[in-house]
Amino acid sequence: MKIHRMEEIWLIFGVAIIVISMAITGYQAFAFDMEPPSGTEHIDPQKVDETAPFDNPGVFKTGDNTYEVVMTLQVFSFTPNEIELPKGAEVTFIMTSKDVVHGFQVAGTNLNAMIVPGYVQRITQTFDEPGEYLVLCNEYCGAGHQAMATTITVK
Amino acid sequence: MATITEGVMQKASVKDKVTKLLGVNSLDARLSLVFIGIAFIAFLLGGILGLLQGLNRAGLLELPAWLNYYQVLTAHGVLLVLVFSTTFTIGYFYAALSHTLGGLLPKVRKMGWVALGLMVIGVVFVATTIIRGNASVMYTFYPPMQASPWFYVGLVFLVIGIWVTAFGAFINVAHWRKNHRGEHLPLLAYFATGVFVLLFFGSFGVTAEVLYILPWAFGWTDTINVILTRTLFWSFGHTLVNIWYLTAVSTWYIAIPKLIGGKLFSDSLARLVVILLVILNITGGFHHQIIDPGITPQIKFMHVFMSLAIGFPSMMTAFAMFAVFERAGRKKGAKGLLGWFKVLPWGDVRFLAPMIAMISFIPAGAGGIAQTNFQLNQVVHNTMYIVGHFHLTLGVSVVMSFCGAVYWLVPHLTKRVLTPAMNKIGVAQTIIWTLGMTLMSGAMHWVGLQGSPRRTSYTTYGDNATALGWDPYLFLLAIGGTLLIIGCILMFYIVFNLMFLAPKGETEFPIAEPEEDALPTPKWTERWTMIIVLMLAVVAMAYVIPLVDMIFNAPPGSPPFRTW
Repeated sequence: MKIHRMEEIWLIFGVAIIVISMAITGYQAFAFDMEPPSGTEHIDPQKVDETAPFDNPGVFKTGDNTYEVVMTLQVFSFTPNEIELPKGAEVTFIMTSKDVVHGFQVAGTNLNAMIVPGYVQRITQTFDEPGEYLVLCNEYCGAGHQAMATTITVK
Repeated sequence: MATITEGVMQKASVKDKVTKLLGVNSLDARLSLVFIGIAFIAFLLGGILGLLQGLNRAGLLELPAWLNYYQVLTAHGVLLVLVFSTTFTIGYFYAALSHTLGGLLPKVRKMGWVALGLMVIGVVFVATTIIRGNASVMYTFYPPMQASPWFYVGLVFLVIGIWVTAFGAFINVAHWRKNHRGEHLPLLAYFATGVFVLLFFGSFGVTAEVLYILPWAFGWTDTINVILTRTLFWSFGHTLVNIWYLTAVSTWYIAIPKLIGGKLFSDSLARLVVILLVILNITGGFHHQIIDPGITPQIKFMHVFMSLAIGFPSMMTAFAMFAVFERAGRKKGAKGLLGWFKVLPWGDVRFLAPMIAMISFIPAGAGGIAQTNFQLNQVVHNTMYIVGHFHLTLGVSVVMSFCGAVYWLVPHLTKRVLTPAMNKIGVAQTIIWTLGMTLMSGAMHWVGLQGSPRRTSYTTYGDNATALGWDPYLFLLAIGGTLLIIGCILMFYIVFNLMFLAPKGETEFPIAEPEEDALPTPKWTERWTMIIVLMLAVVAMAYVIPLVDMIFNAPPGSPPFRTW
């Protein structure tokens, strides 16, 4: 099988793009802890209300301007909702679903995770810019899916 | 011994000559035409439903209570993603096998009709449950949302239908190979073999998923392993995408050079593209689940690499196509670096439509590489960006390739001709479609980057300022959608014309010939057993560890929910 010299150059170029892009994203992900949310901790989806920490959802201060938000997602709401945080807060969201699959997305940030029943997802974000952030469900979850939203206000 | 072989050869060549003289086997043609007819009925219905969604999403149309947005969206996805693409692929490749292998075997033709019957039964089950509002679960039907059990029963019929067509194709190809020892399978039949191998092996995952869901849907089991079902679904969903792509690419390699007065770029490299797509295809599923829990980042990273490997055969195809265009243009006397570009037959819809398909694959492919690339996916996952992406790939690259094939395939099968007037309508259709998709897909990409979610009916989230800022783009989306419905109706009319109204005549099935100085194709390209073993080895590398982990290390299961 003979390959034209120009085609060889073209294909080397193509492979290089893919390999270099994978090397950069891979390095960032594994060296700087920027992996996509991949929670492997289990929970019984039928006993979320009785299982710690989800028996007490809310916003908890854990250190000097670091916070934990323990959150349950259910049709068609987030608990807790209308969260308020100080500027510069580093927040870890700890989430699970009480029913179907939901999405947790905060517009204008990189916060985006699938919340699948049976698993606990964790995702961390630092809010440097003050303002009102829109939190919405981005996985179709039923008739009221378009109403499943809340806000995070950073002051 | 020699005389027997000669006898077989003679018989085969007589049969080939008869097919050539008669042009097309009318019994085979009828089967393909019914498949293609169903494909375009699904295309029209799916298009109308698409318009309703686009208008609703922009806040311009309130759907009545009996016609829920999510019901419409489920039907739109099922009609276009499952029905249109699959039935067209089968109709097209059965016509291709009939043409290149000297007719379908009577047994295989019968299998084609049986498959059609099974698929129609499947679609009736699926459509009824959706229309009655008992299956508003999207074409991805993620548990623990639970549709009516008859929805899943319909899916089983659809898959069995697909398997029957795949086995029919295998039988026909095996028969030809037995009678043509030492010869290479014609290139188009080679593409068909690749596609049916993928359809068969690629649908294993979704079959396992549906068989696992069924007892749960009937209430015989209490809970379900949600992450397992999602994984099994995407092992199929990702493959399906590449099956359409491989089908579209087959028209680029084989029909287009002939239509523009050129030659096949390289028989060997085209076969290598098929082999690579078959081996590398099934293993990219997790790039649809990059932000799912229950799968480690390492496994996801491996899947991303495997799915990006598809970029390699795509680059080969891009090179081959532009080389064909340049050679054909220079043969016509084009001068200069880019003179060949101008002399291409832009006014011929049989060239224009697939050319648009190829051009759109450049931004579509680049966007695909960006969005699938591990944590970059987190920025756009489940936003409108993704919807914009697959309306470029499926909605333009695949649809325009399929439409481009219609202009010669349907008249070839009906023994009619494409008139200059119909060609003009085709050119108009192509331009309207391109404008509509550019507007719609462009708006979707942009608004998705800002965070607007997919699969969501019109909402301002209580007049939230961020969400209100998305409205102008959603308005553009609706304008694009309106142009698309015009293109959709025009295309339906063209198919109808070519099937029933166009003047009688002969239309050739365009098959490009190799260059005079083409090198012989290596023998190993015919070793399908080796190709399939390699494919299964790659699939095993990608899926054995995560699937075992999901099954044996599963969290407590989920009960069913009906949330619509």
